[in-house]
Amino acid sequence: MAEYKRPKNEEDFKQNFKQKKPLMNDTEAYYAGSKCLFCYDAPCMNACPTGIDIPLFIKQIHTGNAEGAAKTIYNSNWIGNACGTVCPTGVLCEGSCVYTEQDVLPVEIGRLQNYATKKVIDSGKVLFKPGESNGKKVAIVGAGPAGIACACELRTLGYQVDIFEAKSKPSGLTVYGIAPYKITNEEVLDEVEYLRSQLHFNIHYDLPIDSKGDISDLESKYDAIFLGVGLGETANRNIPGEDKDGVIGAVEFIEDLRMNHSNTKVGDRVVVLGGGNTAMDAASESARMGASKVILAYRSSKEKMGAYGFEYDLALSAGVEGMFHASPLEIMGNGSVTGIKLTNEEGNEIVVDCDMIIKATGQAKQGNFYSLIDGLNIDSSTKIEVNPETNQTSNPKYFAGGDAINGGAEVVNAAYDGKLAANGIHNYLNQ
Amino acid sequence: MKAYDAGWGGAVWKTLGMPTINVSSRYGSTNYRNTRMAGFSNIELISDRPLEDNLREMREVTKRFPDHATIASLMVDTQAEWNDIIKQVEDAGAKGIELNFGCPHGMCERGMGSAVGQDPVALKAIVEWVMDAANIPVITKLSPNISHITDPGLAAVEANTDAISLINTVKSIVGIDLDTYAPYPVVDGKGSNGGYCGPAVKPIALHMLKDLKQHELIKDTPISGIGGIETWRDVVEFILLGATSVQVCTAVMHYGFGIVREMEAGLIQFMEDKGYNTIYDFAGKALPNVLPWKDLNLKYDVKAKINEDKCVGCDLCYIACDDGAHQAIALPLDGTSRIPSIIEENCVGCNLCSLVCPVEGCITMERKDDGTQHETWDELTLADQIPNTWNDDRSGGKGHYVPVPSKAFDSIRKDKSGERANQK
Repeated sequence: MAEYKRPKNEEDFKQNFKQKKPLMNDTEAYYAGSKCLFCYDAPCMNACPTGIDIPLFIKQIHTGNAEGAAKTIYNSNWIGNACGTVCPTGVLCEGSCVYTEQDVLPVEIGRLQNYATKKVIDSGKVLFKPGESNGKKVAIVGAGPAGIACACELRTLGYQVDIFEAKSKPSGLTVYGIAPYKITNEEVLDEVEYLRSQLHFNIHYDLPIDSKGDISDLESKYDAIFLGVGLGETANRNIPGEDKDGVIGAVEFIEDLRMNHSNTKVGDRVVVLGGGNTAMDAASESARMGASKVILAYRSSKEKMGAYGFEYDLALSAGVEGMFHASPLEIMGNGSVTGIKLTNEEGNEIVVDCDMIIKATGQAKQGNFYSLIDGLNIDSSTKIEVNPETNQTSNPKYFAGGDAINGGAEVVNAAYDGKLAANGIHNYLNQ
Repeated sequence: MKAYDAGWGGAVWKTLGMPTINVSSRYGSTNYRNTRMAGFSNIELISDRPLEDNLREMREVTKRFPDHATIASLMVDTQAEWNDIIKQVEDAGAKGIELNFGCPHGMCERGMGSAVGQDPVALKAIVEWVMDAANIPVITKLSPNISHITDPGLAAVEANTDAISLINTVKSIVGIDLDTYAPYPVVDGKGSNGGYCGPAVKPIALHMLKDLKQHELIKDTPISGIGGIETWRDVVEFILLGATSVQVCTAVMHYGFGIVREMEAGLIQFMEDKGYNTIYDFAGKALPNVLPWKDLNLKYDVKAKINEDKCVGCDLCYIACDDGAHQAIALPLDGTSRIPSIIEENCVGCNLCSLVCPVEGCITMERKDDGTQHETWDELTLADQIPNTWNDDRSGGKGHYVPVPSKAFDSIRKDKSGERANQK
């Protein structure tokens, strides 16, 4: 039984994709902040990939200094506002909050972070200014969280920064790839605009860097280049029938959903292949789009799924059914999908009727792009190799970060990488 | 009447007396963390309503609730005024009079309120006038804005007051507005000192109550305890230090008359648990245990103990002890665990760690001496055994942990606050 009615308009869509971490009001933030103990060498801070001084910013919120709190957050993480709602806080900062040791709910760090940063974004409070120009120029490929973070940091250090983005909007997967109930498009874009308007980095949209000529052009014009190119399209699984209508990659599906909301076409009976967080998102989203049946088919056991437990629970709560030890054998249908043949737990072949299949089985790497750059070392799983201290690649002029070096992780990891690389670039160009 | 209906045994009427005009914006508060009105301040004066209205209402109340202790609080200037107003409230059915010698704002500038409470000679003279004029019991209410509460206390007793109540409010400024630079409460961009009350002043009140109840010449005078009373625990504490009635104002202003439900239920539970029939069974029971410092047992020795099962690893005890006390708590050197441990030889048993610990019963103070030894500073003084040079072996500091000052920088585990944020 479907939990959600098919959304007919934006109003319905908002209802079905209600924000999981809604913005706190001043009173809620005041009381939520009062709970923080100001732990010594706080575990939450150590659990944050960007090392935000969480006890400090919460104390600042609680003492009526939300602007100061925002500054503390941005000081460590240039994507502070989005991270407040899209970070898996339950396994990072909030998961390590000392209250959880006594089975008390943790401080709501993510929402407090989002509250403080949203305050300055909405008020337009100027917190940053570019560093004095040092006459050097850096190109950034990809306006995702790694690229934006790198750009912000470089601007404070006095570099001219040009970002080249293949799509028409900044933020990469934060705007194109995250479940709509985690953050709205507007909120993501507002943060980038808030930072851009103060730090003045240039973003060139719809400008893919995809040829040898583009690369040599960048190399001649810029002193250093940062690669924040993320991952590519959903990888082909080589399942017979994969080319039928109604078979779509999860990344492409979510992008469609983020851009077109209630106009996104979703089948009535959906099978999602995969066991990672993206699979959970795609399944949950299909259910919220009104599919009457959504089956999450994973090739191994429930325990082996890569997704966080809370993401699976969220999918279940939306009405998704899990199916384990289910390997796809063949996609059925004459032109359009009518079903999928899978092996079930007992090893028998079964056919599940469906009119849509979402492959959340991993994104392809940007191997072709990497081959355009001379001397760029790629590891066996097609990730760019970097020096972890500086994020410098084997070609000294190039630095990299985000999914391109970690194979697909959180926004917060990308934000950290971008900042680290900026400082790596700064050291490299000032040797 | 609502108060009596809610279960209160008596009420002290808003002070009647000299004609006044009140300002608009009268209260300010101290909020601590998520607690509103942990402290409360007012710059309101005595009643500014016509005396006749007050008296008419008092007549109604005392007629309808003849067995309740309806007390008229009074504040006037000359003896003639005192004689006159006492007559009027007695006629209105008041069961007693309370003399407001405490108000530390406004009225004191006109020579009344705390101006009297701070001047034992004037206080004594006025109490004598009142005792001459009154046919009903008289309670003298004292101001805490004085160095020795026993001075006005003794003056009141010498003037034969029937009872004492304390404390009135403490002179205060609860805060400054950071935009207008005016103190709260703000009256047209300005402010004045107020009178501070609420839970924050309870410790001051308890101490003054103790001083009066331990004074040979004052202790037999009944005392009504006032100051930050909100819960049954507060009530019991005041009674244990000798109060035989208590008065509550701020808590009622915060929660309404219904707050008495919790006080009554808790007090009754306490009395049943302890086997008391009346409050007189335990009034003053804590007094023998409040001693001058010089009579405390120097041989008593407690040390902190951390219950590892309860510890959540906030490490507040560690940093509190390291930065604010005696460097007697260590963290695991390898960083694998956040559970701290006590360095027994450095622990002086100060309690700080157990006070900052957010977990109930996690840090306890364990007695280490065998209980057979007793020695006080007073005894040492009489035996001529007190340390009398800076480096005397008999002083407490000998044998203390003496760290190399620069070692403070090699903190057992470095606080990484902001470290990664500032990496450049």
